[in-house]
Amino acid sequence: MTEAVEFTAPPSSQWNDVWHQFKSHRGALVGCLFFVFILLTVAFGPMVWSIDPQYIDIRARNSGMSIAHPLGTDQLGRDTLARVIAGGRTSVAVGVTAMLLSVLLGTFVGVLAGFFPKFDGPLMRFTDLFLALPLLPLLLVMIMLFRDVLRSVLGPESGVFILIVCVIGITSWMQAARIVRGDVLSIKEREFVLASRSVGTPPVRLVIRHILPNILSPIMVSATLGIANAIITESALSFLGLGFPSDFPTWGRLLYDSTDYLQQYPERVLWPGLAISLTVLSVNYMGDGLRDALDPRIRGR
Amino acid sequence: MLQYTIRRTLFAIPTLLLISLVIFLLLDLAPGDPTAQLPLTIPPDVKEKIRVSLGLGEPIHIRYLLWLNQFFVNEPLHILSELTAMDLSGDRQRVISWQTRSPVVDIIVQRLPQTLWVVGLSYVVGVAIALPIGIISAYRQYSWFDQIGTFVSMVGFSVPTFFTGVLLIVVFSVQLNWLPSIYDTTLVVEDWNSFVRQVKQMIMPVMVLALYNAAQISRFMRASMLDNLNQEYVRTARAKGLRERVVILLHVLRNSLIPVVTVIALGIPAVFAGAIITEQVFKVNGLGQLLIISIEATDLPMVQTLTFIFAVLIVAFNLVADILYGILDPRIRYD
Repeated sequence: MTEAVEFTAPPSSQWNDVWHQFKSHRGALVGCLFFVFILLTVAFGPMVWSIDPQYIDIRARNSGMSIAHPLGTDQLGRDTLARVIAGGRTSVAVGVTAMLLSVLLGTFVGVLAGFFPKFDGPLMRFTDLFLALPLLPLLLVMIMLFRDVLRSVLGPESGVFILIVCVIGITSWMQAARIVRGDVLSIKEREFVLASRSVGTPPVRLVIRHILPNILSPIMVSATLGIANAIITESALSFLGLGFPSDFPTWGRLLYDSTDYLQQYPERVLWPGLAISLTVLSVNYMGDGLRDALDPRIRGR
Repeated sequence: MLQYTIRRTLFAIPTLLLISLVIFLLLDLAPGDPTAQLPLTIPPDVKEKIRVSLGLGEPIHIRYLLWLNQFFVNEPLHILSELTAMDLSGDRQRVISWQTRSPVVDIIVQRLPQTLWVVGLSYVVGVAIALPIGIISAYRQYSWFDQIGTFVSMVGFSVPTFFTGVLLIVVFSVQLNWLPSIYDTTLVVEDWNSFVRQVKQMIMPVMVLALYNAAQISRFMRASMLDNLNQEYVRTARAKGLRERVVILLHVLRNSLIPVVTVIALGIPAVFAGAIITEQVFKVNGLGQLLIISIEATDLPMVQTLTFIFAVLIVAFNLVADILYGILDPRIRYD
């Protein structure tokens, strides 16, 4: 994630400490490097590996690994490496956007509930209600219901993209909201907030200037873990055939399409599957390290 | 304790009603008409009759109340009359699937055993793997066992079940040809041979889900053991001269199991949801697969009932977890 990279530039000694602690967690460091590698690959990969993922070369279909096609080709002769890169672009984009949406929603609800007592009860009941909803079935249902409409309004690709991002975002904000609310409740009682309030700071500015910077660490941790969650959910949806259409590859969709050829070309499921697993693993390690690094009680040791 | 249990149970009823309303409204207010898939040659007045026959003629609040009546009164009455062989339900309207035109609950009852077997067994296996791993990792913190355990559980937690499942199929079905890749539901266990086949076809789906669950539960077990190992009472027990075995397995384990048991109870609904994917991988025709085909066929009554059943599971196991917590740990009883 980009926050982790920013630690290298020392704006204050606190972030230096955080970076120092983060570095000492070997898994987190490797995870971070790998995730940066994935980000660079999906961002600049198409410039280096310039084969069009949609290009159909029917004569080269079902070929194995070779110089021309390092990861082989699929049943239509499309280059697997190019498709994995293109798929990664969508999967990572969905992951990051859905995470941003869910963290924004979660922080908003959490701050509102924690800072303004009159919203606390209803908003937390609302959060509880969301936690009691069966999320995967509901995700599938929502996609079934809204897919055709959004597709006809926004076009097949951006329609499905927006739908999946929104659907993942609005079903995964609850954990962040609960954590943020808890932290806001405890920070609200501190002296500096009282001091700020006593000089007449309006509540909105108080939240933005004093509360939000202090709850940044749990937000960052849940944001990191949120990426992993969003990538897995998107792949699961695509795997169930309810995500992106097959001419618009994502990692989950590539895996799903490859399972049809499991008997003949078992190696084909490996690449998208490995891409999902390694990305999620690296993000989870990063989140783990970030949690340790941002916790001042652990950092001192 | 009883009062607390009753209060919590009563509190679950409005939650469930609210969830059923949310699901109903979501399905109903969504754009898209259930009759949109029908051929265009059907004249509009016939189409209107089809809509009425599907129960779409009434206004929305009437349909919601009708559905509530069907689901909470007619269906339980029907099950009761099946069980007692008395005619309690009469010709009360049941929830009918649009796809098959047969009662939704009957189809669900047919599908339930497969899901329960695979999911239930995988959870039991997962817990059985997770507990010892968690205990040993905590007791030997930072040893090689702990390091490997942490890594494996991180991997198990990160690798999605649809990849582990496919990977297992590639290795054990395609390459080694040991296990069947498709779950055969028509198999009847009657002798040793069919039992072996049943076990063989269950190994992979059960293990995929079990590993995924074990990864999460073993983390909780480890953390909970670590919390307890540094407590004063452990030092007291050791100072009394109790053997290490007794200290760990009797004193520490029993106390650290309290939060783990609640986590296990809370995880059950998530396992059912996770089974949707595993069932799809191994072609088990359980509830998850039923949900997918109903979604693809826009069979709204079936989708609604299944989603609501998943919601009931979540609320019920939340309740179970709360009550278990109170029973196991007298310090946090709320009465």
